[in-house]
Amino acid sequence: MKNDKSVCSATLELLEKTQAEDLSTAFSRADKLKPCNIGGEGVCCKMCAMGPCRLPKAQQDKGQTGVCGATADTIAARNFLRMIAGGAASHSDHGREVAQVFLAMARGESKDYQIKDEAKLMKLAAELEIPTEGRTVQEIAVDLGEMMLAEFGRQEGELCFIKRAAEKRQELWRELGVVPRGIDREVVETMHRTHMGVDQDVRSLLLQGARASLADGWGGSMIGTELQDVMFGTPVPLRSKVNLGVLKEDQVNVIVHGHEPILSEMLVVAGRDPEILKAAKAKGASGINIAGICCTANEVLMRHGVPIAGNMLQQELAIVTGAVEAMVVDVQCVMQSLPEIAKCYHTKVISTSSKARITGATHMQFDEHHALDSAKKIMLEAVNNFPNRKGKTNIPAASTDLIAGFSHETINYMLGGRFRGSFRPLNDNIINGRIRGVAGVVGCNNPRGPHDAVHLAMVKELIKNDVLVLQTGCSAIACAKEGLLLPDAAKEYAGEGLAEVCETVGIPPVLHMGSCVDNSRILTAATEMVREGGLGDDISDLPVAGAAPEWMSEKAIAIGQYFVSSGVFTLFGVNWPTTGSEEVTRFLFEEMEEIFKGKWAFEPDPIKAAQRMIEHIDEKRKALGIDKARERVLFDMDMRREAQAG
Amino acid sequence: MSKIIASSAIRGAHKLISSAENNWREAMDKWGPKQEVGFPNTTYYLPIIYGILGTPVETLGDMEGVFKKCREYLPPQVDEGIHLPYLGNVLDAGMVTLWAGEMSEAIRYLVDPDFYVTGEEPVGDRIWLGAADDIIMRKRGVEFVDGSAPGFAAIVGAPEDPQVAVDMAHELQRKNLYVFMGAENNGARMSEQLVNAGVQVGWPTRLVSFGPEISAAVFAIGFATRAAMAFGGLKPGDFKNILLYNKERVFAFVVALGPVSDEWYANAAGAINWGFPTIADSDIPEILPTGVCTYEHVVSGIKHDEIISKAIEVRGLKVAVAEVPVPVSYGPAFEGERVRKDELFLECGGSASQAVELCQMKRMDEVEDGKIEVVGKNFDDIEAGAKLPLAVVVEVAGRKMQEDFEPILERQIHHLVNYAQGVMHIGQRDIAWYRFSTAAKDKGFTLDHIGSILHAKLHQDFGSILDKVQVKIYTDEAKVTEVLEEARGIYKIRDDRIEGMTDEDTEMYYSCTLCQSFAPSHVCVISPERTGLCGAYNALDCKAAYEISPTGPNQPVNKGEVLDPKLGQFKGVNEFVAKASRGSITEFNFYSILHSPMTTCGCCECIAAILPMCNGVMTVSREYADMTPCGMKFTTLAGTIGGGVSSPGFVGHSKYYITQRKFISGDGGLLRLVWMPKSLKEEIGPRLAKRAEELGVPDFMDKIADESVGVTEDEILPFLEKVGHPALKMDPLM
Repeated sequence: MKNDKSVCSATLELLEKTQAEDLSTAFSRADKLKPCNIGGEGVCCKMCAMGPCRLPKAQQDKGQTGVCGATADTIAARNFLRMIAGGAASHSDHGREVAQVFLAMARGESKDYQIKDEAKLMKLAAELEIPTEGRTVQEIAVDLGEMMLAEFGRQEGELCFIKRAAEKRQELWRELGVVPRGIDREVVETMHRTHMGVDQDVRSLLLQGARASLADGWGGSMIGTELQDVMFGTPVPLRSKVNLGVLKEDQVNVIVHGHEPILSEMLVVAGRDPEILKAAKAKGASGINIAGICCTANEVLMRHGVPIAGNMLQQELAIVTGAVEAMVVDVQCVMQSLPEIAKCYHTKVISTSSKARITGATHMQFDEHHALDSAKKIMLEAVNNFPNRKGKTNIPAASTDLIAGFSHETINYMLGGRFRGSFRPLNDNIINGRIRGVAGVVGCNNPRGPHDAVHLAMVKELIKNDVLVLQTGCSAIACAKEGLLLPDAAKEYAGEGLAEVCETVGIPPVLHMGSCVDNSRILTAATEMVREGGLGDDISDLPVAGAAPEWMSEKAIAIGQYFVSSGVFTLFGVNWPTTGSEEVTRFLFEEMEEIFKGKWAFEPDPIKAAQRMIEHIDEKRKALGIDKARERVLFDMDMRREAQAG
Repeated sequence: MSKIIASSAIRGAHKLISSAENNWREAMDKWGPKQEVGFPNTTYYLPIIYGILGTPVETLGDMEGVFKKCREYLPPQVDEGIHLPYLGNVLDAGMVTLWAGEMSEAIRYLVDPDFYVTGEEPVGDRIWLGAADDIIMRKRGVEFVDGSAPGFAAIVGAPEDPQVAVDMAHELQRKNLYVFMGAENNGARMSEQLVNAGVQVGWPTRLVSFGPEISAAVFAIGFATRAAMAFGGLKPGDFKNILLYNKERVFAFVVALGPVSDEWYANAAGAINWGFPTIADSDIPEILPTGVCTYEHVVSGIKHDEIISKAIEVRGLKVAVAEVPVPVSYGPAFEGERVRKDELFLECGGSASQAVELCQMKRMDEVEDGKIEVVGKNFDDIEAGAKLPLAVVVEVAGRKMQEDFEPILERQIHHLVNYAQGVMHIGQRDIAWYRFSTAAKDKGFTLDHIGSILHAKLHQDFGSILDKVQVKIYTDEAKVTEVLEEARGIYKIRDDRIEGMTDEDTEMYYSCTLCQSFAPSHVCVISPERTGLCGAYNALDCKAAYEISPTGPNQPVNKGEVLDPKLGQFKGVNEFVAKASRGSITEFNFYSILHSPMTTCGCCECIAAILPMCNGVMTVSREYADMTPCGMKFTTLAGTIGGGVSSPGFVGHSKYYITQRKFISGDGGLLRLVWMPKSLKEEIGPRLAKRAEELGVPDFMDKIADESVGVTEDEILPFLEKVGHPALKMDPLM
């Protein structure tokens, strides 16, 4: 029988093994445990002990409300808001962690980290009006770190990166009163408003949802990305490999999994340490092989070219290879089942964050003030585990080459070099129709559908129709495994116009921009497109769309909400968490467009979903007047005279 | 950028940088790091490096840092297997290729000083012109500024058939484009093909034989880079704006004739940074997506008879080609072409005979449009080498025609006739001088065609003020004399009328923003007693231009309230200038060099500067290349004050303005003038003498020092004291 759990051959190969050995994985558990219908529709309220109150359609039709009188609409909106708060909190707490380490580094308290991209530091200082004249890099960095850290606890005013958005967008946010005042404040207020008996108006709730999400996208996530770039280096294009085939039979395999690069950056350093390499040899290994899973993978891929073992749904399967000495995890998307499955193998699951303890895992607290020492200890733990491998390993052959490293700075450079770098060629080729538009396809894996399949079908459909695809997260890993992150993919899969541009620039049709906090890079890139001119004066004018077709986490909802609130049409697959309330769903799918000129949409079928994104892109093209071929303008002297100073 | 092009260009950059480094090391061994290097007579050092990096390269030692940068920015070769994005890398590789090329060429000037000629044209067998000096750049730059040359074609290589080269050159000339030539194709070089075919090569004919190798490309790109600094007012090192200025304002392109080598690709990639695309006759990969250039980046496989129009289209240029019914090629590019004695078929005027030109307004019923009459001998009646007297009388009529426009139309005769290939024209009025070549005669040119040209072009250029044009051409001695006498009477009336116009009596001045295509913040305001600083426009010209094109670059400016009669400041003018300069200039004085003087685009004929020790001012004209008493050469001065900034102590002006009554009258007037080059003194001598007479110092001309007296204040002051120069007794200047 054909296995339709995944389209990834390595995944299928190992799933067969787990089935044969009757091991439990997310795939098998998803089969056994059907999702809760009422919870899935967003109309189960468990905010207080008068309930839980469940209000499916049939109950609503009878005029039923919750015990407190809350309508299904209020319940669905509150649940949706709490997802946003959860997602925003996660990204932002990641950002906070980075800011704390950054500040410690700047103050000289964390000597193992350093400033790798001074130019970006200076650029940020200029943007944030931090004085630089006659000051040391360290002093500037301390100011930046303090300023960024203060954003989390800020109580009034506006987050400083809000000013990055297009003028028109900022004005709109101000008019609506959704400019975040402080990152933590918006998350806390969201939790407060959704407590029993507080905010009970759909519009009021969902506008707070917008504000909390903006505190993520233009706040916590953006701070995370920017400071990581300064501290670990802004990504530049590089080659690497992806899929479980990157694990090495004869080496100590260490999987880094989770989200924050604070630890994984140091593990990469520790993995090259001569003493540790010596220890590995002494244990009979030929070297140390670090590979990533989930967004930690994306972080160390983007900056170091560390290979990726797989995406979220492959975390258990990595252990099933029997070749992983240690799976080192920090926060987010780490399954509690890992220690359980690891029992069948020699793999040590090592938790490292005080925020994320897992029963059954070995906890080795990571101390960022002594980062390298911590990392070395963890690495030695892995090395010492090498002799404990049990029997034959099962490393799948599958591994694919990829190109990654597309920060918005990279895009700027690659389109014109050191001297003419700009987004002009991108805008020009959108205007002339070679590129129809740009889509951000991001997000998780979800075993409720065939693993990776939805991402691949959607992305292929988009590029076939000349839509350039920007990616982050587990979606990028899915496409990487399929070879879509290679320049040759343009010839094979992309439409003629997009392929021609890819050939000109030397890029794949699908650009990997990083981890899930790096969705902030997409916001910055989109804003840069607006600023470059010719495509309207707000993100909502651009022929762009976003999607998370295999989403599962609250973070995805937070990301979606900040994209919609920033003016982007954003489409999700799998299921839609407010379908139990027509009012909330209508607000998100329709009214938000009137308010924010961006809206949510839901479509589980990837081809239909891609078609809806393309339709939206075409509508925007039409509104911009670039839907038809334009006559070439030839310039005479009068026209040159009219031109503004270059 | 296709992968093939990217790989090839980066490979080429590696090769060219290595070879430039070798040249440099050899030169360093021989001359040492302190040895001066550079292109002749320029204040822009090696202009590409200076413009992009802001680094002046003055010695061999200075090159070290630039070579380091070349290495730093030189990208690795494109991976044969899975490659990384390459467009940005290729453009960087192209840029450093040009830096290396520029340094190689500078070293060649050192190693082989006679390799390139100085000046505008080949000398004997030496046909390579090398870097354009600042005099050429400014003189030719004006044509780019006013649009008479809309751009340039950088041709690398050569067609196999020399006749194709000739045809291509003529086509480019007809389209008014400059042709910058370099590199070879299988031993053939287009410059040599043209010279061998008897085509006049040099700046005057716009066919510029830069050099024999691909590295000559740097002379073309360097010219463009200087334009951005000289006319665009952009600062060295402001690379992004210098490059964008070129993309938006300098309409240049590369035509590659012959197989494209790695080295050619590397240079072509460099040119793309400036927004200059490449159009090739060979079958190379194309780069059609747009963005760095305005339209396509590389277009290939174009046939020779289509390649020029294709290139113009790819660059996004609109070229207006004059349609004139004459059997010879016609266009501004032929203006500088000479007719030498041995090519002479007919000569009129000059020392050969009397020639005279007159334009007169007539009633509509007196003019039969298109009528051309030749009275006397014509080409068929004479032998080669003949001399004839000549009178050209142009009679125009039109509902919007005014008597004031007569001299303006009459002055058009000079360049309009000169645009015809094989016809040379010098002077005007009763000192006109015509030469016609045998080649023109052989193509069927006759005297009637002077009429055809004037009829066609006056309609084209002045159609909005005139409706009818007829031309009478006389070679009959008696008739010429008759016209001459009538003409002299008319000249006198006109001169008196112009002389009689004063700034005080005139309420309406005119703006000129013709140069804003190149100098976006510069605005000229022209009054009757202060002609345009380029020397091309006086107040009446502007008035006519406004009548012709009411929304054009010449607009009436109501001078409004007089804020300062002595310095010449007017409220209406200030308001206009503030608006037209987009706020960068809020006020200026017409008649002062010291207080808020007028700005210049950089194409002024002369620049005056104060000489504090002498209590006077000096002025220097563009043609004078040597040092002046203010411590700067013309080109340095122009570089300092050009680009639309007001620089107290300096002012750009026309030659004619020196003898106008309002010449720096706010600061003491003409009698402040203590130094000027001899050549300028001679050129404006008669008018200068007349004006000095008016001022009551008839021997004033002899009191003005020139380079024979000295080129420092210390040298000229004793002379001024000796001759009793009036400036010394005037109020202190500062």
